Amino acid sequence: MKNWPLWEVFIRSKNGLEHRHCGSLHASDATMALENARDVYTRRMEGVSIWVVPSAQITASNPENNGETFEPAMDKAYRHPTFYELPEELKHM
Amino acid sequence: MNNLIQYILGIADNALILGQRLGELCGHGPSLETDIAMTNISLDLLGQTRSYYQYVAKMQGGEATEDTVAFLRLEREYKNVLLVEQPNTDFGYSIARQFLFDVFHLALLEELQNSKDEMLAAIAKKSIKEVLYHTRFSSDWIKRLGDGTEESHNRIQTAINDLWIFTDELFHQTDADKAMVTEGIGVDTSLLKSNYYKKVSGILDEATLQTPVVEYFQKGGKQGIHSEHMGFILTELQYMQRTYPNMTW
Repeated sequence: MKNWPLWEVFIRSKNGLEHRHCGSLHASDATMALENARDVYTRRMEGVSIWVVPSAQITASNPENNGETFEPAMDKAYRHPTFYELPEELKHM
Repeated sequence: MNNLIQYILGIADNALILGQRLGELCGHGPSLETDIAMTNISLDLLGQTRSYYQYVAKMQGGEATEDTVAFLRLEREYKNVLLVEQPNTDFGYSIARQFLFDVFHLALLEELQNSKDEMLAAIAKKSIKEVLYHTRFSSDWIKRLGDGTEESHNRIQTAINDLWIFTDELFHQTDADKAMVTEGIGVDTSLLKSNYYKKVSGILDEATLQTPVVEYFQKGGKQGIHSEHMGFILTELQYMQRTYPNMTW
């Protein structure tokens, strides 16, 4: 079982919401990954839908490149849409 | 009423003892994922047990509670089948025991939903979703192990062979069982037998496993005559109530 590949688990907590990454687990195949995800991550009614994705299929950004990847955004506050006056009736923006 | 109580114990004790057996795996499963899966199943079964025992305690009246039913009976008073008390020799045995029980359990509950006893019908209806999942879990593992490596194939085949002698007892009927069938409360398990073996063989086939052929089957649990394992299970199960009578938490 040490050789089982790793899977990333995404759970949708309610209809209408998006699937969110909640953790990872080991499984020999997709069916088992779904069953394991059900047992490990939805025991307390956390979800209505499960996605599993082989971790190996995920392409991740390299932490070594964090400087050029993320830091240029740090001093560009004008990219946040916070300078608009919102009508009173608009909630949840 | 006594027949009804005995009939319910025949169903509930299976869930209690199998739940206890699976609970032993807590922290000892072969992987974190299967460990949680099997203890989840254990908790499902213990939840079902509670519903049955609460009903029994209500009929017994007086001081009886679900706890007295669970913890304060003598070995001979437990009516579970021998299959569920068999030990977790290895993962193969735990899965084989689960599979051989689940297929029966599901068929039983499907019929029990139509019981004339409303409480039993309601418990069956609530439990059936859980047991559907148990059956899927154990069937999938039978196929994975059977159709896996040579080692896993041999070990699950050995477990199936060893536990096969306990399958016939699932369909035995005590006098209380027969009385309940006549009243439309109990399930006539003799009618489930051929379908059970057909379904089990089908999955064993898919798993590239042999369906065992045996002439002599073990029996006794339903009469309260248990295997040598039962005493050890009850020792652990009853320890707290026997050592500190009436303790609560």
